[in-house]
Amino acid sequence: MKNNTPAEPDNPAVVVKGLRKSFGKQRVLNGVDLTVAKGETVAVLGRSGTGKSVLLKLLVGLQSPDAGSICIRGEEITGLEIDRLNEIRKKIGFLFQQAALYDSLTVEENVAFPLSRHSKLSVRERKERVRELLMSVDMPEGWQKLPSEVSGGMQKRVGLARALALDPEILLFDEPTAGLDPITSREIGELILKLQRERQISSIVVTHDIPGAKAISDRMLFMKEGTVVAEGTFEELQQSGESFVAEFLKECSKECA
Amino acid sequence: MWYLGIVVVAATISAGWLGARHESRPSWQSRFLEWFGELGIFSCRVARAAISPPYELAELVRQMDAIGSKSLPLVAMAGAATGVVLSLQTHDSLTRFGAKGMLPAVIVFSLIRETGPIITGLVVSGRVGAGIGAELGSMKVTEQIDAMEASAVNPYKFLAATRILACILMLPLLTLAADFSGIIMGWVTTTLTDTTSLRLFIQNGFRQVTFHDFLPPTFKTAFFGLIIGVVACFQGMRTRGGTEGVGRSATSSVVLSSLFLILADVLLVRFILVFFP
Repeated sequence: MKNNTPAEPDNPAVVVKGLRKSFGKQRVLNGVDLTVAKGETVAVLGRSGTGKSVLLKLLVGLQSPDAGSICIRGEEITGLEIDRLNEIRKKIGFLFQQAALYDSLTVEENVAFPLSRHSKLSVRERKERVRELLMSVDMPEGWQKLPSEVSGGMQKRVGLARALALDPEILLFDEPTAGLDPITSREIGELILKLQRERQISSIVVTHDIPGAKAISDRMLFMKEGTVVAEGTFEELQQSGESFVAEFLKECSKECA
Repeated sequence: MWYLGIVVVAATISAGWLGARHESRPSWQSRFLEWFGELGIFSCRVARAAISPPYELAELVRQMDAIGSKSLPLVAMAGAATGVVLSLQTHDSLTRFGAKGMLPAVIVFSLIRETGPIITGLVVSGRVGAGIGAELGSMKVTEQIDAMEASAVNPYKFLAATRILACILMLPLLTLAADFSGIIMGWVTTTLTDTTSLRLFIQNGFRQVTFHDFLPPTFKTAFFGLIIGVVACFQGMRTRGGTEGVGRSATSSVVLSSLFLILADVLLVRFILVFFP
């Protein structure tokens, strides 16, 4: 379990209360409550289709909730004007499940994209910043390649570099290790941990990778049918009597073994 | 008449909002109204994004190259083929009526007033409409558009407004290219049977041509560009359902933009005849 930053409960990075979201007749989130303190990493686990990715999209304003509130650094974002919402989005980095790199731009251009729009850096300074970011995610070469020409693990690294470009205070990870081999998964996990230690960023990690979640998170949160059914440290969850959680953790023990 | 128009627009926009809020789609009539309503909302968002700074000039230039320069060979070939066909088809008919001397004027008038603009519109609709629909559709299903929005970049400005504006600006220029290649190939075909100099052909062809014959039909293609750009971007950015959805968006972009382009042509021709008799 990660043990780095002291949490500041009086100044939480993210506070979600009573969040509900439906698509047509399908209710995806059914009253989710979540608080992430500054510098804290929370892993969100649960079976596919329980609304974990939707939760992340709601946090960055890509979708609107049907009910409930989302406060980012103390500011309510539901119903916010787009200009103000964009200011808040600049404080949030998002690593998408398939990295979502712009496929017509090179690796270097992908990382430079947010910088070219939101920073006042000169072309030279921007290049230097991109170099720093790519080096920080252990990507020393292949900068002129298109995303389709690099491996899945490298795409995740580039996606992470792009997410870090604007020095975010909050990072959202949607399945950061999905589709990667165990060694690359571990490397990506270690990279996330290293970046969190260096930058003191609050993170929410949606994942199915329980060993990875155990390694990088301060707290875990289990979702089932659109609600949070259990919450706590790995050890606390092991003690909980929730059968759903026990089943998940049993799988973890198998994988760890 | 105006009241009716306002009621129709209000109904479609309301249906669009309702459709955006409630995903259940009971009937095709409702879906039809929803589509128009969502298109109206999309157009408003793009218009607002396009006029507010910062402007994406570099991306606009890139799109003008992708849409304009790269369509030029195809449009020029289509114009050339039209010129050849016009010359072949009208030569015998005009000879039969003893009006062979009118051949250059018939070719020039046909090309600049109608054939050049509509051929350009349909060719660009096929090439560019499918391209934009598939590109934006692919970006949508791979979450690239979400990633752009999440990094506080407005996709309506960066992706849609630039492409639509590039279509609007490039269509009249491409129409000029189609007209030019059509007239040249019309002359080449004519001179193969009845030798005539290019200068004489041009003189005869343009003797009666006024700016009213040339400018309104050429600039009406800017509306064709608007239709192609808006429909293709809209269809692309509302793509759902993975690879199959991308294919559907590409196809529907071409079909719908071609259909609306032909309908708009009917209205615009009527409009031009009224205001530029």
